[in-house]
Amino acid sequence: MSNIPAELRYASTHEWARLEEDGTVTVGITDHAQDALGDVVFVELPELEIDVQAGTEAGVVESVKAASDIYSPVSGTVIAVNDALEESPETVNEDPYGSGWFFRLRPSDKAELDELLDAEGYAEVAENDAH
Amino acid sequence: MTERTPLHAEHVADGAKMVDFHGWDMPLHYGSQVEEHHAVRRGAGMFDVSHMTVVDVTGEGATAWLRWLLANDVAKLKAPGRALYTAMLDAEGGILDDLIVYRRDGGWRLVVNSATRQDDLAWLETQRRKGVTVKERPELAMIAVQGPAALERSAAWLGSAAEAVAELKPFGFVEDGDRFIARTGYTGEDGFEAILPGDCAAAAWRALRDADIAAAGLGARDTLRLEAGLNLYGQDMDRSVTPLESNLAWSVAFKPPERDFIGRAALERQREEGVPRVLVGLKLQARGVLRRGQRVLYDGQPVGELTSGAFSPTLGVGIGLARIDAGIDASELEVDIRGKSLPVARLKPPFVKRGEAA
Repeated sequence: MSNIPAELRYASTHEWARLEEDGTVTVGITDHAQDALGDVVFVELPELEIDVQAGTEAGVVESVKAASDIYSPVSGTVIAVNDALEESPETVNEDPYGSGWFFRLRPSDKAELDELLDAEGYAEVAENDAH
Repeated sequence: MTERTPLHAEHVADGAKMVDFHGWDMPLHYGSQVEEHHAVRRGAGMFDVSHMTVVDVTGEGATAWLRWLLANDVAKLKAPGRALYTAMLDAEGGILDDLIVYRRDGGWRLVVNSATRQDDLAWLETQRRKGVTVKERPELAMIAVQGPAALERSAAWLGSAAEAVAELKPFGFVEDGDRFIARTGYTGEDGFEAILPGDCAAAAWRALRDADIAAAGLGARDTLRLEAGLNLYGQDMDRSVTPLESNLAWSVAFKPPERDFIGRAALERQREEGVPRVLVGLKLQARGVLRRGQRVLYDGQPVGELTSGAFSPTLGVGIGLARIDAGIDASELEVDIRGKSLPVARLKPPFVKRGEAA
């Protein structure tokens, strides 16, 4: 059973979103996603200062198995990206909810967070995905 | 119903991620494909390759038949205990399979791909001549032990055969009781492949694991063989191409000229006319991963496509094999990755030799 922290919000496309104290939103991929992908060998991050829409492509993660698009769970402006993944993409496997984060947004509409899945809802998605 | 090798329970107990591989339930990895890859390059790893098809060929007509059946010439094997790599062709020179043929005392052994098993067996039966017996050996298991420390760490398991195995040259083999041990492999590293009775396989697997030999899955096997520049049947070659279009001209024995073999006339014709396409190695000159199916561009025009691609754990870059138009002699090409044209260097495989950039 994969790790699904209760305090995060989730997209059915296997990204997580965390509302930080300063009002920004950090985005990464779930433990279930990294496990399904296998060893991550390459991450393509969005450019700084671009605007992304909820549910649209904001990057690519490539594992030994395949390339997968990363969709932004909420709309907003990219204010930080995790450059360390360029050198150490395996961090995504080792610490998907911590140092394996992908990018940070200034959300344009915080209410979009409420439309995402909670841990229980995502657990169901992950469970169905495993079959 | 998927088939299981005699080591299936070992894989499951080791926590392997199992996948359907051409009808066989096989380990993809045991946690980390990349770590398994490094284990083979830096120390020793082992693969369950019991799904491969072992076929014994005997009878007074066996040698002459194999000289007709295979593109390489088994007459090069002057004595028992030697093996060679060869393609098996159809009349048009198309590759039906690639295999290793071993010369034994009083007969021959072929190890062919599992994905082509049925077609191969049907082909052997169609081509078979009087005085030749073809016998599949499904009761045998096969374990490949590979890596710079493979022989040293296997010494206890090899026991009395250890010295003889250590003295073997590449493509040499010994038979030690019911164990058949060949200095062959699919990783570009030193090591051996052991063919043994299925009911002895689990004990062998455990003994080797206890000797600090890491279990490695099909995922690592694929990146290791690609770094070593070794073709994968069904991907880098199939019936639609000849060995000359697959970087395998070295494995076709045109000499002696009086030896006819299936596909010979077609290959001679192609050799004279020139091959339309060639198989080349590509190394990505930017960050990213090469994948099978990506288009190769020259001067903005498509000139071929990747037949295999991966991220090379040893080199830390994307590598691949591509079949491209023969007329293109540029050393710098481009590959279309999700709409972006990225530069690749063309090179002659292997990419990695003895653990380092070739």
